[in-house]
This record gives sequence, structure tokens and C-alpha cells, in this order.
Amino acid sequence: MKNSFGIIDQIIRSWAIVKKDMKIYYSKGPVVLMGVMFPAFMFLAFAFGRNMAIVSLMPGLIAISVFFTCSAIAPITMPWETQARTLERLVSSPLAIWTILFGDMLASMLTGIIISIVPIIIALAVGTTIVNPLMLLVAIILGSVCFATASLIISSPPASAPQYSQMISSFVKFPLIFISGVFVPLSELPGFARGICFISPLTYFTDLTRYATGGENYFSIAVDLLAIIGFTVASWVIAVKLHNKTLPKRI
Amino acid sequence: MATEDYAIEVKGLTKLFGQLVAVDHISFQVNRGEFFGFLGPNGAGKTTTIRMLTGIIKKDGGEASIMGYPAGSIRAKQLSGVMPELSNAYMDLTAWGNLMLMAEIYRIPGNQAKERAESLLQQLGLYERKDSLVSTYSMGMRKRLVLSMALLSNPQILFLDEPTSGLDVQSVRFMRALLRNLKQEGKTIFLTTHNMDEAAEMCERVAIINHGKMVALDSPDKLSITAGRVYLVDVSFDKPVSKEMLSNLSGVNRLETAQAIEAADRLRAQQAMAGVGRPGGMGGGQGKMQQTQMAGGPNSTGTTIQQPKMGAGKMPGVETSKDHRFRLYTDNTTLLVSSLVDFSRANSLQMNILNIRPPSLEDAFVRLTEEKSREK
Repeated sequence: MKNSFGIIDQIIRSWAIVKKDMKIYYSKGPVVLMGVMFPAFMFLAFAFGRNMAIVSLMPGLIAISVFFTCSAIAPITMPWETQARTLERLVSSPLAIWTILFGDMLASMLTGIIISIVPIIIALAVGTTIVNPLMLLVAIILGSVCFATASLIISSPPASAPQYSQMISSFVKFPLIFISGVFVPLSELPGFARGICFISPLTYFTDLTRYATGGENYFSIAVDLLAIIGFTVASWVIAVKLHNKTLPKRI
Repeated sequence: MATEDYAIEVKGLTKLFGQLVAVDHISFQVNRGEFFGFLGPNGAGKTTTIRMLTGIIKKDGGEASIMGYPAGSIRAKQLSGVMPELSNAYMDLTAWGNLMLMAEIYRIPGNQAKERAESLLQQLGLYERKDSLVSTYSMGMRKRLVLSMALLSNPQILFLDEPTSGLDVQSVRFMRALLRNLKQEGKTIFLTTHNMDEAAEMCERVAIINHGKMVALDSPDKLSITAGRVYLVDVSFDKPVSKEMLSNLSGVNRLETAQAIEAADRLRAQQAMAGVGRPGGMGGGQGKMQQTQMAGGPNSTGTTIQQPKMGAGKMPGVETSKDHRFRLYTDNTTLLVSSLVDFSRANSLQMNILNIRPPSLEDAFVRLTEEKSREK
């Protein structure tokens, strides 16, 4: 048995949480469907009846797929495990609270990255050109980390009913689609939406995706990258603080 | 303050839930390799204490250490195994999956983890079902799995919260035998239980907590004698005896008739059938018996007590044939036995049975927890 107890040790232990989450939560059909089907329906809703080239909607499809997949399970893992008493098991084992959260975040992020392959294939099939594959890869990785981390905040209220977190999650996620330039470019958004679009990490991720697929980006690449990293760091700090505070009330 | 001499060291440990003081400045030490019982009525603070010691919840005051490390620290958790009262294994994983998850969390090398998991599953009778989802397991199987999860890392300290509650008789025996083996292996065991016989049988020392405060800490035998105080004496005469006369004897604190004893026994049996009572638990009356059988009726001088001289063999105030048998409570057995012998001799009675049962841990528990409740 290893006897080091530093940050690296905890990160290694968090891999157990990743594997557990993948087996229990992310390999389930409904989760995969949520990441693929729901964005597809949203895409169709935007595509039909509008005089827009399908290709121009592809960055939005990729963005929304990653966003919905990464935020599908992370918000409900904690309440779910509270209800099943397994959270108590994790907390009494040699894991820090941040380690559990880190594992949940990694599992969510990895699923987001894997699921993003589906809309990318669709995009390529309809003739989208990926002009900067490296940037697309960086965007998907950073975006997945960001959305997965932000989802941890939603799971922090000490509720044991997953439905509660699901409701908050939906309440936060859906408005973001409309203010983040997902299917309508930022430059074409109404004034009020453009005024508040900067508060959504999805805005910067969509902008990067649009750039990587040959579209016109609204912000500079540096702003997009820094904004996503900034949102991620802030979300992580807030999530860890909130969970440290609320965990004793859960169990 | 923490010393490595003790497996567990607690000083002034306190936990508040709002205005409620759930655990109130408790202090105790558990020696390395000791089997330590932590007893108390429902809501006394047992689980809260165990949760603070295992790092599940944070303390509001005092100090606690596990093997010299602060309770709740990663190092302390690495050295501990926890078996909660209710199963907390992952239902959507197999037994093997749960054990491998624990192995990764505790960073047990792969081969070692597999060997130990196989050995534990075989030892606990789960090997044949190791690839079944835990959701298909019975309660007893889940308990055994949770114990094997707690043991996988070969911890130095085991925290067991009601390990035998809800199990059938065979499983209880199996679990107790296993715990005895673990004790022999030198593990420190911290046990909470409602089952007084279990605590008396297995624990070297027990602490009793009530309303968040420690009310006693000693070996079960010493606690039984010093805190239980009241001995129970079953006596049966060859002829009916007046309850009033018997209750006036020196040394009798309280008296129960045969009817009352039978009614209590029936109630206990009904509770056991309905699963309300715990085997050998509260009111079980299965303590160690010190039996002084006086069939044939030898008196204190060794002579046989004479047959009654009274006509029809009936005393005034005697109503039924069940007035042969009584249960007496006393805190002075010498005085009571002497009184009984004198009484029998004076009334030409023969004592067919005289059973003296020393106070049990259960008696001590009830007395200590009831006294404190009255004081509140």
C-alpha cells in the first residue's frame, strides 16, 4: 500500500472515482442519448424554417453536445450518492472532498470529449471543414473541463433528491443556449443578449468552435481561451468551497 | 495530545446540531488491539461519535486521534476500516467491482488487492456470487460484503456500527466468530451495538453514552456488578406461598409473581417473533447464570427443609397454584438467601429451585441510562 498522502496521491485515487462514475453513470443509455439526441433535436429546431446553411450551424451542434453531455450527470452525482449512502462510504475512505469532486469532474469531462466525436462526424458528413483541428481539440478539452467543473456547483446544495439538482441544472442550462450564440452568431443576437453573453462560458466555447471550423469568431482567440480557463478556475474554487460547507449537511 | 500508544484517543469531543448538543465533551482511550464497545440508547450520540472518528462529519470541539493521527485525516482514514449499520456498497456494481473500487481508493497494488478480495469473499461466503450485482444480494450478504470492503485494506482499526443488527441467527454467529478472529489477529475493534449480550461477550471494555455524555467506562463484568447492583433470584417452593409474606422478607427489593414472569416471557417471545426485540437484547434475561439449585431443599445448614405442617398446605392470601414460583430482586443476596431459608424453615416449606443471577450488563445499561434520563 502506498503511503504518500500529497496532492499527486489524491489525484491518483481520484481515478477510482472516474472509473466508478463511468461504470455506474456514464455508460447508461439515457446519458449517451442525452448527449447526442437532445442537441440533435435542438439543432433541427433551429435549422428548419430558417435560411441558414446547415454547415454554419455545425459549430453550435458540437458546442451544445459537449455542453449537455458534460452537464448531464455531474450535477446529480452527489445527490444520487447521498441517497444511496455511498457518499458516506467515499467520505470515510482516504479521499479528500476535492478528490471526489475532481474524479466526478474528470469522468464528466472525458464523456464530453468522447461524445463530441458524434457531432464532429455529422459536421464532416454535411461538408463542414475543420480548418484548425488542433484548436478544435483544445477547445473541446478546455470546454469539457469548464462545463464539468461548473456543473459541480449545481450539485452543491445539500439535497438528496437528484431531481432537485436536475431542476436547477435545467433552469441554468437552457437560458445559456439562447444567450451564447450557439445557433445564432453573436453578431446577429439582439442587443440585450449581446450585453449578457459574456457571462456564459458557452459563448467562448462556441466562438472557439466556430473559429476552428472556419467560421467568423466574435472575440479574439486569447479572450476565448482565457475566459474558459477563468470560468474553470472560478468554478472549481467555488465548487470546492461550497461542497466543503454543505457536505456535512448531506450525511 | 495524540499519542501513538492508543489506537483511539478522544478528549472533550463535542458535536452540536444547532442548539442540540449531540456529543458533549466525551473523553476516552482505546488501547491497541482492544475490542471496545460503545453503547447507548437510540439518539445517545453513538453514531455521531463514530462519524466524527471516521471523518464523515466534523467535530465542533475537543480532539480525537486515530493511531496518533487526527481523526478524519487522510492518514487516519487509511488506517481505518468502516462498516456502517446500513449497507453503503454500490448496488449497480458487483461485489468484485465494489472491492476493486476500494482497492483503488486505498491504493492497494493490483495483485495484492485481487488475492485479498478473493480470500475475503471466500471467507465471507460470497465468492460464488462475486460477479452478481449487489442489488440482488440479501441483507445478510450486503452486510458481509460491506465488512469485506472494510477489511480489504487490512486496517489496523475497525469501526463497526451495529454489525449484527437485522441478521438471522446463523449470520449473527458467523459474524461474531469472524470478529473474534479479527481480534485475535490484533486488530482494534470499535463496536457500537444495542445488543448487550454481544457487548458483554465480545468487548474487553465498554463505554456507555447517554444524551451525548459518557456515563460509564469499564469492563462489562465490572460494570454489571458496580452499576447493575440488583441481583435477580428465582425461587420455587413446594407449596403455594403468600406474595405479601414473601415481599416483606429482609433483602427483597421487589417481587414478581409467576404470572408476571410468564406474561413478560410471552411478550418477549412475541417481540422476538415480530422482529421487534433483538436476540438477547433488552430484557432478554440471558445473562450468565450463577445457579444454586436447591432441589430437595437443603437449608443453610445442609439439612432438608421439613414438609409443611399446615392443613391443606395453603397459606392465607394464597390464591392459585402459580403462587409456588416467584422472582425476587435484591441488592443483598446474602441477606435474602438467609431470609428465604429462615422463611422456609418457619413455614415448613421446601425450596425446589433457587437461582441467583448476578446483574447483567443489560441491567447496568438500563440503570445507568435511566438514572441519567431521570436526572435530566
